[in-house]
Amino acid sequence: MASALINVPARAKRGDIIEIKTLMSHIMESGYRHKASGEAVPRDIITSFTCRFNGAEIFRADLFPAIAANPFFSFFTTVTESGKFEFEWIGDKGFSETASASISVE
Amino acid sequence: MHPPSNSTRRQFLGLAGAAAVLGTAPVVTLRPAEATPERLASAIRNVTGGAAVKTGKVKLEVPPLVENGNTVPLTVSVAHPMAPEDHVSSIHVFNEKNPQPNVANFHLGPHAGRAQVSTRIRLTDSQKVVAIAKLSDGSFWSASVDVVVTLAACTEEVI
Amino acid sequence: MRFLGAIAATLLVVGAVGAAEIPQADRRSGYSFMKPDTKTMQDDDTANPGMLWVLNGETLWNRKAGAADKACADCHGNARASMKGVAARYPAFDKATGRPIDLEQRINSCRTNHQQATPLAFESRELLSLTAFVARQSQGVPIETGADPQLAPFVAKGRELYMQRQGQLNLGCTNCHDDNWDKRLAGAAITQGHPTGYPLYRLEWQSLGSLQRRLRACITGIRAQAYDYGAPELVELELYLMSRARGMAMEAPAVRP
Ligand code: HEC
Ligand code: HEC
Repeated sequence: MASALINVPARAKRGDIIEIKTLMSHIMESGYRHKASGEAVPRDIITSFTCRFNGAEIFRADLFPAIAANPFFSFFTTVTESGKFEFEWIGDKGFSETASASISVE
Repeated sequence: MHPPSNSTRRQFLGLAGAAAVLGTAPVVTLRPAEATPERLASAIRNVTGGAAVKTGKVKLEVPPLVENGNTVPLTVSVAHPMAPEDHVSSIHVFNEKNPQPNVANFHLGPHAGRAQVSTRIRLTDSQKVVAIAKLSDGSFWSASVDVVVTLAACTEEVI
Repeated sequence: MRFLGAIAATLLVVGAVGAAEIPQADRRSGYSFMKPDTKTMQDDDTANPGMLWVLNGETLWNRKAGAADKACADCHGNARASMKGVAARYPAFDKATGRPIDLEQRINSCRTNHQQATPLAFESRELLSLTAFVARQSQGVPIETGADPQLAPFVAKGRELYMQRQGQLNLGCTNCHDDNWDKRLAGAAITQGHPTGYPLYRLEWQSLGSLQRRLRACITGIRAQAYDYGAPELVELELYLMSRARGMAMEAPAVRP
């Protein structure tokens, strides 16, 4: 039961630079921890986060185990037209989640 | 979110009873070989291809005194235009002492408007954090910060 | 170990004369002890990781469950109206058992009695999410817990547990949270131990957690045997702490180091 929290302004003026914030629920198990038995806890992290606007990539991040659980990102983009942001998180053990948000630009 | 993680968490919690903790994680973390300065240098070389890295342009914001090494807010911004012909194309964050020197790579383009990213990272210990920006002309710029982690994130021995 | 031993020795000395309750005017939420970055993380709903659970709780609130095939929303409607202020009154007196129950137990009693579903495990993502969603509706509401006279004997029991020295370190909660709240233990501020923000996102846990989880950590910290989740003692401690914080504003989902 993954959940994402996306913050994109609902509307903006053409040419505005807007901030986008995202949170994705994920344990980000580093692969460097051990159970009481001494057994290593296998790595289970998100390895890639991508944001596309109307199909074109505008931001991408490669994640390593040093990213804290429930990864948070904030980044910027210039808006030139109305459209849809699509977000994608991909990780170990076949993890794959998407979310989207629309913006109207006048 | 991650129901399967509960089972491991239980085991960790069970352990906490024996380890006894105030403010430390209920997990035993055997510290693996730390990322040595050489490993940090080689991780940076993987990004720069050995090109010179100049100091400047990059601003790296991390609280100088961290409340908990498990979740450390970090912001990198680059004072540089974001124009199609001249912009910041990527930002790379490294650390000195975590088991692995890489923290994150961010790929941006001129449409970003502003070369600034924020995230939250883990720091197992007080150490240096380095941010490097790659510009569209192929030059590299950097900033580094020494961070003091008041209570190491994952050690039981502290208390 | 060495370190906490030294701390304990200092506290023991102070504790002998201390154990005074904090005057109303001097009460401070754990929030006020935090660094600016951590405060910002709590204040900004779009950056507060606890909101992931709140969001998930809202989905569960509207999802039908159990043999009754009913959602929380089918009986309680819009939580923003029906659940406003509810968390600020918990733990509350439960007529069926003649005892105080906390918010998690209250939600589980709706699960079993009204939805005819299996109770959710303590600290499960589902129970934390529903609790966070319900508690979020009380953000900013002053705590009222303990006003019900039927609770009086249980508040008294909770207070007794809070004052009593226990564990290998022979410390009571009061020795840290009333007598030494302005000091630090290792890197952490001790704080006054007010439960204003639960369930909350603890940076240390990298997760949301309940007040019971926090209490168990403190009990383990003084090297005493922590009560099991749901134990009457834990609920009495929650009840005492909430009534001790009466009038302070609810913050769930808070963030703490
Ligand atoms: C079939 C109807 C029904 C359903 C479904 C139901 N409840 Fe309830 N709930 C009640 C009733 C009736 C009460 C009043 C106390 C009682 O009789 O149990 C109550 C009381 C409560 C209270 C305490 C309110 C107060 O003022 O003290 C909370 C919190 C609560 N429910 C949460 C939930 C949640 C969360 C769910 C879904 C998991 C849920 N309920 C599902 C009927 C329902
Ligand atoms: C040795 C000192 C010590 C003792 C004894 C102690 N605590 Fe704590 N407690 C702490 C510290 C330190 C923290 C803050 C830890 C942190 O946030 O990293 C804390 C945090 C808390 C919090 C969380 C407050 C918030 O803002 O969320 C509560 C509630 C609490 N304690 C209750 C108790 C209770 C109940 C007992 C007795 C069973 C107890 N404590 C015993 C040191 C102590």
